[in-house]
Amino acid sequence: MTTSHIATSAGQDGYSPVRIIIALAVLAVLLVAPFGVYPVFLMKVMCFALFACAFNLLLGYVGLLSFGHAMFFGGASYICAHAVKVMGFSPELGILAGTAFAAVLGLVAGLLAIRRLGIYFAMVTLALAQMFFFFCLQAPFTGGEDGLQAVPRRPLFGVIDITSDLNLYYVVLAIFIIGFAIIYRTVHSPFGQVLKAIRENEARAVSLGYRVHQYKLMAFVLSAALVGLAGSTKAIVFQLASLTDVAWQMSGEVVLMTLVGGMGTIIGPVVGAAVIVTMQNYLASLGEWVLVIQGVIFVLAVSLFRRGIVGEIVAFIQKRKDAAAN
Amino acid sequence: MDTVSDVPYIVEATGLTKEFKGFAAVKNVDLRIRRHTIHALIGPNGAGKTTCFNLITKFLEPTRGTIRLNGRDITRTKPADIARLGMVRSFQISATFGHMSVLENVRVALQRPLGTSFHFWKSESSLSALNDRAMQLIADVDLTQYANHMAVELPYGRKRALEIATTLALEPEMLLLDEPTSGMGREDIARTSDLIKRVSENRTVLMVEHNLSVVANLSDRITVLARGEILTEGPYAEVSKNPQVIEAYMGTGHGHG
Repeated sequence: MTTSHIATSAGQDGYSPVRIIIALAVLAVLLVAPFGVYPVFLMKVMCFALFACAFNLLLGYVGLLSFGHAMFFGGASYICAHAVKVMGFSPELGILAGTAFAAVLGLVAGLLAIRRLGIYFAMVTLALAQMFFFFCLQAPFTGGEDGLQAVPRRPLFGVIDITSDLNLYYVVLAIFIIGFAIIYRTVHSPFGQVLKAIRENEARAVSLGYRVHQYKLMAFVLSAALVGLAGSTKAIVFQLASLTDVAWQMSGEVVLMTLVGGMGTIIGPVVGAAVIVTMQNYLASLGEWVLVIQGVIFVLAVSLFRRGIVGEIVAFIQKRKDAAAN
Repeated sequence: MDTVSDVPYIVEATGLTKEFKGFAAVKNVDLRIRRHTIHALIGPNGAGKTTCFNLITKFLEPTRGTIRLNGRDITRTKPADIARLGMVRSFQISATFGHMSVLENVRVALQRPLGTSFHFWKSESSLSALNDRAMQLIADVDLTQYANHMAVELPYGRKRALEIATTLALEPEMLLLDEPTSGMGREDIARTSDLIKRVSENRTVLMVEHNLSVVANLSDRITVLARGEILTEGPYAEVSKNPQVIEAYMGTGHGHG
């Protein structure tokens, strides 16, 4: 996987007034959005946006293409659903259990995969995810083909009612913002600097004394845990955990979202997730054709706007700036 | 470290051999690098210079032989740990972090001793304490005006200078430079030679170099490799008159100098 088209925003870590205004405007829109748009749809977008952002932490900022992230998404979703439905956990503990499970699974998968590079890394992650898929298919507690249905929406922290979609929307929004903030901070941290260095030139990072495998493993576990957070939340929103979320197509979908939005940009995966989920929802009447349209978009993205939607916009603005500076 | 720093040779490689599927790229090489000298490794293409380099810095595992750094056996040490022992290498193709600024390139080398390199919850701004030191290193290689440029935007010679600044950030006692002037124009070569001369004070330098005038100018001692074996070793005046060396160079059609 080439990383030469990554739009970088190094040195733009400052909290300029413009950025704060934009952030507040986005927050305001998100707060009133459920009054104009179907809340379940928005929650779905946010779950997938968090999924894609966490995936992008690995692809865009370390240069590792995992083809098995569905195991963390779907695995966490099963654990959360099982904990809440069968074991009677409250939703926040169910989500935490799912996230913790994804982190542990990420540690195991990471230890096995992290020493491989490029296509071999993708293949090892895919193989592990397939093994996990068949485990979920056979294990009794996952409900097999039926999945775990009718997961109850118990009160959050025992007090906040989340049976209404509108209430749940704000809970999911809070989870999304927390997850997004963790990713943003990780990218702009001392750890993030080392990750970028590894992405840019791994041998050089080694020669500077960095034990790169440890950094990659850490990034892998963080990514897996945050993907688990997204998967657990999805189980509460849809009151369902099913094989769809652990299947390899799900791993492919998150790659698509990240590339369409712009890998290596902080906001790109959010845009990519919104585009793909919107397409799936509003073009659902076309049936199987949605897949064909997705395929066409993927081909267009890869051949025409390789940096993704956000990546291209960033590059365009940068060009204008450079032109103005000269 | 103090107990071993009186060893006259900082690096001692004995019987160093590297075989790739039966083909020996490096055969039974004994290499001793005296402390505080500039030692050059020369030889025609395919002589095994870069392989030697990779073996000493542990980017490759030797098939046979031992390597000592300051008297300590490092034959089985991992490459990242070699840097921590004070031996830092550069690469044949300039090795910078392209999509990071010049300042960030140097800072990433400085940040490891802070012990916060795994802290994903800390702000990047916690690294700005290192900016002064980084700017000093950047000034040392004349890159001050480029500090906020992306490394990928720098002209070639400047990239090599950045690489040296990044390497020096670790304050290594031993520097390995892999063809530091390759692909450079005359002016850049002169500037880089000066820089190497300057940084070699109180340090030991081992370099692979093709440009014989640079070698003649800088090195205290030269080892000539041919077909994976040592042909001869000595100061430039001596080595350059050696008929075997002349033949090795002419024989492969490389009349450098």
